[in-house]
Amino acid sequence: MSLNIENLTVYYQTLRGDVQALENASFIVADGEIMGLAGESGCGKTTLSNSLIMLTPPMKWIAGTVMLDGKNLPIADESGMGEYRYKKISIIPQYAMNALNPTRKIGRMTGELLHSRSIDYHSRLPELKRRIEMVKLPADVLDRYPIELSGGMKQRMVMVLSTLLDPSLLIADEVTSALDVSSQKAVSELLVEFRNQKIVKSIIVITHDISILYQIADSILVMYAGQLCEKASTGSIINYPRHPYTKLLISSLPKVGVKYNEHRLEGIPGSPPLLLHPPEGCRFRDRCPVAFEKCTEVPPFIEVEPDHCVACWKES
Amino acid sequence: MLELDNISKTYRIGTFGGKELHAVSNVSFDVRDGEVVSLIGESGSGKSTIGKMILRLLSVNSGSIRFDGVDISSFKGQELKEYYRKVQGVFQDPFSSYNPIFKADRIFDILHEEFFPHLKGRDWQAKLNGSLSCVGLNPEHVLNKYPHQLSGGQLQRFLIARALLLETNFLVADEIISMLDASTRIDVLNLLAECKKEGLAVLFITHDLSLGYYISERAVILYRGCVVEMGITEKIYNHPLHPYTQMLMSSVPRLDKHWEAIEGENELNRKQTDVTSGCSYYSRCPQAVEGECNVKRPILVEIEPGHSVACLLVRPSSSTPVQKVAS
Amino acid sequence: MTTARKKNEFLYFAFRNIKLKIGLAVVLFFVLLAIIGPMITKFEPTQTAGAPNTPPSPVYWFGTTTFGEDVFSQFVHGLSSTFEVGIIGGGIATILGMIIGFAAGYRGGILDEILNILTNVILTIPVLALLVVISAYVKVRGVMIESLFIGITTWPWAARAIRAQTFSLRTRDFVDMARMSGERSAKIVFSEIAPNMASYLFMTFILMFGGAILSAATLDFLGLGPTQVISLGTMMNLAVAWSALILKMWWWFIPPGVGITAIVGGLYIMNVGLDEVFNPKLREM
Repeated sequence: MSLNIENLTVYYQTLRGDVQALENASFIVADGEIMGLAGESGCGKTTLSNSLIMLTPPMKWIAGTVMLDGKNLPIADESGMGEYRYKKISIIPQYAMNALNPTRKIGRMTGELLHSRSIDYHSRLPELKRRIEMVKLPADVLDRYPIELSGGMKQRMVMVLSTLLDPSLLIADEVTSALDVSSQKAVSELLVEFRNQKIVKSIIVITHDISILYQIADSILVMYAGQLCEKASTGSIINYPRHPYTKLLISSLPKVGVKYNEHRLEGIPGSPPLLLHPPEGCRFRDRCPVAFEKCTEVPPFIEVEPDHCVACWKES
Repeated sequence: MLELDNISKTYRIGTFGGKELHAVSNVSFDVRDGEVVSLIGESGSGKSTIGKMILRLLSVNSGSIRFDGVDISSFKGQELKEYYRKVQGVFQDPFSSYNPIFKADRIFDILHEEFFPHLKGRDWQAKLNGSLSCVGLNPEHVLNKYPHQLSGGQLQRFLIARALLLETNFLVADEIISMLDASTRIDVLNLLAECKKEGLAVLFITHDLSLGYYISERAVILYRGCVVEMGITEKIYNHPLHPYTQMLMSSVPRLDKHWEAIEGENELNRKQTDVTSGCSYYSRCPQAVEGECNVKRPILVEIEPGHSVACLLVRPSSSTPVQKVAS
Repeated sequence: MTTARKKNEFLYFAFRNIKLKIGLAVVLFFVLLAIIGPMITKFEPTQTAGAPNTPPSPVYWFGTTTFGEDVFSQFVHGLSSTFEVGIIGGGIATILGMIIGFAAGYRGGILDEILNILTNVILTIPVLALLVVISAYVKVRGVMIESLFIGITTWPWAARAIRAQTFSLRTRDFVDMARMSGERSAKIVFSEIAPNMASYLFMTFILMFGGAILSAATLDFLGLGPTQVISLGTMMNLAVAWSALILKMWWWFIPPGVGITAIVGGLYIMNVGLDEVFNPKLREM
């Protein structure tokens, strides 16, 4: 599988104008790669993931192409995407575990879901049961109501449902944020397991928690205010970040073993710009410690080292 | 300064109130002047309930909470108001802590009316501006705005400024930064540490172990309403003794090492019929001994100076500092 | 920050809000009509003014009834008694509902249980039967007594709604913050919770107002209301009773019907506009 995104630009239409949520995103996800997508709230990561699956109003496609396995994904065409959605590319949306209908048993809900895709529930049942066992859920989960399951269990069930048709690409949007530490580990490791067992080929893991990405992702893409900042292997991002935002972000993370008295961590003063009328050029320049005049032009997202792309004038 | 003595909180649940939910069971610990203590636990551990009991927002079913030696449940009227001068709280969701139809600075106006009616005009303004600059906010940018016009970080700082305005001695910080963005979290945390230097004692309630390590001197680990381990932060983090703490430590995603494979505890489905007898962690514990752990209630025992554990399998030894009895 | 400035802000947004302006205009129009109308009509409401069943004409602006009474004159006199019953009856119901609803919702516990029992008892009392009994003993019957009666028998609906809202607002963090600021319970209810439900409270009043008008009309028709007073409700009932619909005497029942609808409708639109004024997040600025 290969995902090739070029110059993807998506805005939100509002009464006051267009919110420029995603600007010129270009990157590649290789076969078997687990790519982490990290950034603060409002950086565009959910916009990116939603535009790959369901680009509906108020989202507006402005420019760019998405190629999945060599074929052009008609992301701007909602009905055209019908044959790819869930089958070739699938998503575990944020808060999915809270979206389970409380009055339906899990099994019945699954049946309705498959029926809506014109897939026969009974023919899939053996595979479904095998997957349920694989994620270490009890076999009788299909007979239970969502309220009887814990957060971690619901999340695992949603993962099984989203990947039932073996999509090439899975997008996991903040699947661990609402969970306890022990469930986070179980769910994250399951994602890796799905890739290892070739149930899905590649995964894009969206989260604001970089330490989870360190554990499971092969590469990390950092975004800020709708623009791509840096993409590199996990080790490079954590240990040798090059974009000023990435550097500040990594150094502001509390780690076990770091105490305030010994080593005071610093945050990034200021806050992200509003995207209704974003600043010209690099959107990080107002908070950037090394910004200079050229930053009023948008820096290109280019490869400065093998497999390491940065969008910064100081680094190119 | 603050002493929790064997406190418990039980809720009646079930259709006719037949069943009991023990949110907090026999918890005891203390917080000294100017100290930061982390109260660490996952959801359902009772940590927020304890915070609210300290703030007198919930009643204590048994046991007592003493502030400077005085039992706080006896406070009424003016005494309660005095208590709130010394003890304050900040909660997790910055946006729901404000009445959405009023401006954010109304919280200061309320304080003005209730606690400082004698300060007029410019004196009050000066005091207010002083508190705001202590928390790193520019009065011109943040005053006279509605909550939805400010960011989460600014709102949390407002609440800390409010506590500083009252010259509080003790702050209950319940997950105050979990809803903030990564880049603002550390700033609010640093602010708390600075306030601590000025003499503020903090009960830092969190589920995030690395935050607890960053800022606190001592830590209390809670599981399902019971204290399982307690003591000096470094000692707990560097050699956790209780199986639950060990599980927590190894499950925390870290930036310097990968997860090790530990015995999967989710597969264990040991039956635990009655939570009040036996250890609360029995049904998930990979080291539990049947016949002991599900029958006897473990109590907190000091294993080494500044490190106590509530586990039947951990015994203090006279010769070596820590020795675990293998099952 | 000061209260004077806050009031000015409210007024500023209030006067910019279209829905509020339209609703207010409609209601004020009828208020004015109620005040000025009686002064400009040539006939008394119950005076036999001319030939019966005449359609509207330059002399009889709304035509005449089966008894030859001037409909327009009845209309403008009826407006004022209608407003009176609505405001007093609806007002009493709302106030009683607020007191009981806030107390039960904020305090909970035993107080809530007792008030719930009281509410349910009043709800199930057959109002008409009670009224018949009362009117046998109370010799004086006027608009005030009628309004009072309506007020003290219709508050349960308001109390229930207010209690439910108070329950949900009470658990919010900002109420905890107010408690930690040393505010007393009564102050918290009236300065934190009630303003948050301001448009809800006004809506409750509107419904009580409309309900009071209609209840009064029913009572008037049954002869249990004030005897000599004409209201919009009585007009409609009389019109129907005297087959105005079948006889196609539209001028008898349409004006009072439109009147009631327009007043209550205008109040509803005002309420939607007020929601935007009270809730800063809905403002279009």
